[in-house]
Amino acid sequence: MTSPTNAVKLPADWRDFLALTKPRVMSLVVFTGLCGLLAAPGHINPVLGFTAVLCIALGAGGAGALNQWWEAEIDSGMKRTSKRPLPQGRLERTDARDFGIALSVASVLILGLAIHWLAATILAISIIYYAVVYTIWLKPRTPQNIVIGGGAGAFPPLIGWVAVTGDITAMPLLLFAVIFFWTPPHFWALALFVQTDYAKVGIPMLPVVAGEVATRRQILAYSIILLPLSAVPWWIGGTGPLYGIAALVLSGVFLLLTFPVAFRRTGEDDRMKPEKRLFTYSIAYLFALFGVLVADRAIYGSSVLT
Amino acid sequence: MTPEEEAEYKRRRKARNVVLALLLVGLVVLFYAITVVRIGAQG
Repeated sequence: MTSPTNAVKLPADWRDFLALTKPRVMSLVVFTGLCGLLAAPGHINPVLGFTAVLCIALGAGGAGALNQWWEAEIDSGMKRTSKRPLPQGRLERTDARDFGIALSVASVLILGLAIHWLAATILAISIIYYAVVYTIWLKPRTPQNIVIGGGAGAFPPLIGWVAVTGDITAMPLLLFAVIFFWTPPHFWALALFVQTDYAKVGIPMLPVVAGEVATRRQILAYSIILLPLSAVPWWIGGTGPLYGIAALVLSGVFLLLTFPVAFRRTGEDDRMKPEKRLFTYSIAYLFALFGVLVADRAIYGSSVLT
Repeated sequence: MTPEEEAEYKRRRKARNVVLALLLVGLVVLFYAITVVRIGAQG
């Protein structure tokens, strides 16, 4: 066949494959992964460091593509996601699946060959955790799905750190825990002010299932845990005082912004200002906390324990 | 297939080929750099 006929479908635009990788989520993944890598004690060749961050990003992209492959029907039923390539029919569903698998396998193999297989194993676990445990298994089944999804987002700094040190110690696990406990208040604040249609597509989001009051209470619980937890790296001697004090201040402000969210209820024609403020701050919080962690390492360097 | 559709078909095919070529060249450069660094570290 030399010329395309009517039976031939247009080949998908490459930008639609790019959109499958969720580039906006990836920016946070790259940042926290890079910070884990830079904050870890020891030295990594810049080429290998770049490769490690690239593989973390590729893996996240692959997991994102698999997520959109599985949720194509759910996405088409919700306003926020109905413009994605699969609900719009701009891509074949099986192409998205194969693209996701290819990215995932390539990222794990390259990381294993270039760095070591411990980091590659954790990356593989994180992809399976997000694509299978979260997306396929638990997200449609429990209102605690955001707590579980937070685990997937918590992997990048752990992988970045382990890529440098070659072993799993308390510090990278603490970075994992910080993102894990940060995610629920971050996402539920958003869920409170965005009119989502999760109920329509059968995803049991906490505000829909347990109600607004329970959601607000749980946001508070996670914010309270985050305050001491974020400072633990300093208390165990893993960082200097710069990180420790910054973590207490940043998490303290987080908690202060949580109080009005926790103890009010949505009124009529509510502008949802406290919730929007908390959500916006939560993003800045994560960038600032991990940025300070790297600055702390640059300043105190080898004088702190590992 | 109208001439417009055919032009669009060719445009997309070409864009995909260019992206794929860039990816492959990028991978070659990356593997070359990794190899140099890792062999250098053993020496």
